Amino acid sequence: MKVAKDLVAASATPMVLGILAEADNYGYAILRRINELSGGELDWTEGLLYPLLHRLERLGHVESTWQSVAGERKRKYYRVTESGLAELAEQRRQWDTVVDALKEIWRGPGDGRFTSIPLGGLA
Amino acid sequence: MTDDLEAQFAQWRTYVQRRRELRQTDVDELEDHLRGSVDELVGVGLREDEAFLVAVKRMGSLDDLSREFAREHSERLWKQLVLANDTDGPVTATRSRRDLYAMILCAAGAALSIKVPELFGVDYAQDTAFYAPNAALFALPWLAGFLAWRRNASRAVIGVLVGLFVLGAVGANAYRLVEESQSLVLTTIHLPIALWFVVGLAYVSDDVRAGRRRMDFVRFTGEWFIYYVLIALGGGVLTAFLFGTFSAIGLDPQNVVGHWIVPCGAMAAVVVAAWLVEAKQSVVENLAPVLTRLFTPLFTVALLAFLVALVVTSGGIDVEREALILFDLLLVVVLGLLLYSMSARDPLAPPGLFDRMQLALVVSALVIDVVVLWQITGRISEFGTTPNKAAALGENVVLLANLAWSAWLVLGLVRKRTPFAAVERWQITYLPVFAVWAWIVVLVFPPVFAFA
Repeated sequence: MKVAKDLVAASATPMVLGILAEADNYGYAILRRINELSGGELDWTEGLLYPLLHRLERLGHVESTWQSVAGERKRKYYRVTESGLAELAEQRRQWDTVVDALKEIWRGPGDGRFTSIPLGGLA
Repeated sequence: MTDDLEAQFAQWRTYVQRRRELRQTDVDELEDHLRGSVDELVGVGLREDEAFLVAVKRMGSLDDLSREFAREHSERLWKQLVLANDTDGPVTATRSRRDLYAMILCAAGAALSIKVPELFGVDYAQDTAFYAPNAALFALPWLAGFLAWRRNASRAVIGVLVGLFVLGAVGANAYRLVEESQSLVLTTIHLPIALWFVVGLAYVSDDVRAGRRRMDFVRFTGEWFIYYVLIALGGGVLTAFLFGTFSAIGLDPQNVVGHWIVPCGAMAAVVVAAWLVEAKQSVVENLAPVLTRLFTPLFTVALLAFLVALVVTSGGIDVEREALILFDLLLVVVLGLLLYSMSARDPLAPPGLFDRMQLALVVSALVIDVVVLWQITGRISEFGTTPNKAAALGENVVLLANLAWSAWLVLGLVRKRTPFAAVERWQITYLPVFAVWAWIVVLVFPPVFAFA
């Protein structure tokens, strides 16, 4: 099962901000982390990740610094800012609402049959 | 890493660098990504050359990647469009030729439009009460038409455009303003501004809701203005030669020049300048930021000097009619400089000396605005109001609100509290306010002030 493209795009911002809230990070590692978290179900491309990081930077939600690793190799590290954390909190509130509502619908009144539908990919 | 692999990376880098949507820093970032990917694949047992192939394949097609980058960095999209004109095959060649024909058609239409009223007995030389307020209505509909055609505007947008131009024509002619009235002067000044925003609607008609398209329109306005001035200079030289050479053989070209070449040329140039901005983007793109960088410090110094002089002489400003308009124009120029340099700024650049300079410019303009506003209010309460004073007052309030909040945001930018996007968003959101005010002056002022 692959998660639909729209859903990937919609969850992209809170996902990246959340990962950066754990620790400062760089593009490739962020992509790896998303892969790891979703068990490979979230299909992220570089074309999604880097423009998104640049947009978040333009909006002031993240900051970036270049650091050199292993000789001449340069790596761009991203750090979440205060406004980024505020944005994350807001997105999280919205996602909680959506997820709670979906859980409510799928559980049905007093019926536990469908609770096993996984929501891990969405939250 | 072996030399072989390094050579492959070098090759990949040159290939990617050809994409104009991707900057050097983007390429560096992507290269680091690719190297991470290769390292991992080597770690699970692939040979280096295999790992490189797989990693490149995983990154996906470069076309898709650059398209995503271009979508985020719309300021770079300009270059991509120009580049497409240079290299791509017959499709873009046909496209640019069609653009050229459409431009010639619209320019000819604009040039002829100004002569049409003469068929109905309006005299170009005599009837300023007709020609002055209508001036913008001859060329701007053609310009809007050209832009809407280029962007395949939807029927709804075209309907709105036509409606607004009709409304403009009604505003210019329905009130039958007499030649001496202040209202006529006000309409003459404000209708072109109001209609320019209609042109703006045509400009963004391919994506009406995108905020960054509006910033592109600001940039378009600045570049259009530069091209128009250049064309006007060339036209001036041409007319001078026409006068000289024809007079030398005993013919007087005054009638032809004054009644045909100058008015028709001025109208056609409106469309030609817009076409130049659209088609030859890269030329002015390099020139315009240089101009704002040059004049922002100069205007800042001039405004500061004026403020110092005002304090030293401790005299008030002589707010006669001309002085009022002068100060309004000054604020408009300041705002134009601010807006234009913002539209040309790299949104990701950290705040620098130039942003501080802009802050100084905005703050000094703000102080002058407050002084002028205070003087006008004084005069209105003393002598009662006239259309001129009310318009000047309104403009000052509109500019004051914009500049005050701009100053606050630029201060935040310099102190690294606010991102540049906030400043940009404020200006984009504020643009319709100018349009609404210009429309109010054209449509509401004459009846309110009894056509004075």
